Amino acid sequence: MTLSVSLRADRPVPLEVAFEVAPGELLALVGHSGSGKTTILRSIAGLWTPSSGQVRAGGTVWLDTGAGIDLAVHRRSIGFVFQSYALFPHMTALGNVLTAMATPDRAEAARLLDLVNLHGLADRKPAQLSGGQQQRVALARALARKPSVLLLDEPFSAVDRATRERLHAEIIALRSHLAMPVVLVTHDMNEAQLLADRMLVIQNGRLVREGTTAQVMADADALRAMGIREVAALLPAVIAGIEEDGLTRLDTATGPIFLPGVQGDPGTRLRVRIMAHEIILSRARPTGLSAQNILPARVTKLTQGDGPAVTVHLSVGEAELLARITRRAARDLALAPGDRVHAVLKAMSVARDHIAPASRHV
Amino acid sequence: MDWTALFLSLELAAWTVAILLPVSVLTGRFLAFRQFGGKGLVEALVMLPLVLPPTVFGFYMLVAFGRNSPLGSLWQELFGHQLVFSFEGLVLASVIFNLPFAIQPAQRGFEAVPVAVREAARCCGLSPWRSLRKVELPLAWPGVMTAMVLTFAHTLGEFGIVLMVGGSIPGETKTVAIAIYDRVQAFDDRGAGIMAATLVAISLATITATYALSARLGRRLS
Repeated sequence: MTLSVSLRADRPVPLEVAFEVAPGELLALVGHSGSGKTTILRSIAGLWTPSSGQVRAGGTVWLDTGAGIDLAVHRRSIGFVFQSYALFPHMTALGNVLTAMATPDRAEAARLLDLVNLHGLADRKPAQLSGGQQQRVALARALARKPSVLLLDEPFSAVDRATRERLHAEIIALRSHLAMPVVLVTHDMNEAQLLADRMLVIQNGRLVREGTTAQVMADADALRAMGIREVAALLPAVIAGIEEDGLTRLDTATGPIFLPGVQGDPGTRLRVRIMAHEIILSRARPTGLSAQNILPARVTKLTQGDGPAVTVHLSVGEAELLARITRRAARDLALAPGDRVHAVLKAMSVARDHIAPASRHV
Repeated sequence: MDWTALFLSLELAAWTVAILLPVSVLTGRFLAFRQFGGKGLVEALVMLPLVLPPTVFGFYMLVAFGRNSPLGSLWQELFGHQLVFSFEGLVLASVIFNLPFAIQPAQRGFEAVPVAVREAARCCGLSPWRSLRKVELPLAWPGVMTAMVLTFAHTLGEFGIVLMVGGSIPGETKTVAIAIYDRVQAFDDRGAGIMAATLVAISLATITATYALSARLGRRLS
């Protein structure tokens, strides 16, 4: 069932948004803290009531201020994962999951804990679990009701980077089990890009940009409005093997790249988030360069925004790679759609948590 | 040893605790979770019995429960005897003067339950009643427990208000605290001493037992 949301409020932040999320779709709400993205999520859950608006999940109306409908939180079929985990501290992991079930089913609860990789930890209390494990319990608990809508409020911001990386991979693997609309609130653009199908950029309670993740992450102006230089694309790659020097060789559509610290068996399909400002373009295949990753590509489009830079869209096989270069450089190279170029990438410029398993979903 | 007085005291304390337990939970929870205009005044009113001299408080209750008061005359009409100088009147007075002991610790207990945990309970589909029973109460229990121990102990020990509202009718309103005072007045130091020591022993045993139970509960919860 589709989730459709339309909200308006003047306080505590001005808010005016309308959007829909399809079943199985993961929508990321991104924006600064204070932009209103968490307020939107809380309005869907019923933890906050806007001055006017509608929230519908499939055929069920959860909120319709015009008709005087405002369903209580516990009557809305939601799963909610909090930033602070918010587990019931007096219950075990299993108890937390069972409590969220309309009719407690131990076998099903154990299956959910297995699904989030918590096998063998069912009898632990939250205080005996790490942050990452607690958030896994919270996720299992949110799924225990078989909710119509799953809401994730900055779910990975309280855990360390390595745990976050693992949780990202687990969420990607879990996607095939999530048939409901999923709304993720995050300020982490990397997280949004790796996990979401679609993104809404929220600023001062308004929707300033909406589109597929690839579209939004290629829109330099929209990102600059948020104060970030994070134009980036996801490059599909397959682990080919570990080289003698410790680098991992990844095969892409147009050639190999070598990156440090990539874990996984040969044949594992990955997506590598490549920041557009880390890419150097060259007409001829460069030699005598320390950067080892040189991918042949074809220019498909140049987009120029308000700033001094140009975004060059490149096709690498089926995939798209983005490069941010100055207008001056674009002019000197006389780049035009259809041109063959080489995209040069420094191995060390790819952060470890910018690499995620390929999604079976998107 | 005035066993009648001792059992009367224990009975009074038991009734007071039984009546105040739901009051403590519901009012404590309400004051902990809700913000409303005049909340400060309500909290001050709850605390009032703590600062007023028992005689002042007892005097007002005597007036409020008296035969000429609306409450007193209604009681007389319903039950055929007056409210003051009766066990029921004593229970009512005891409930009122124990409000600060019953509500304040419970309120602190509920305030210690994180907002996100309460919201999580609602997001897990728990109705307000189930949320109270399964999540809020178990977490706020140390506060509620303290409230009940204090109420029990304070009822056993109250003297001024009991004397003002109840008088000293054996088997009806003569509690052990009053009986001890009577013995002292009658120069029966031995009788007073035995009763005083018994009261100390019972109070100490009650408080120790509850705290031990409470600590065990606390370990189970954490």
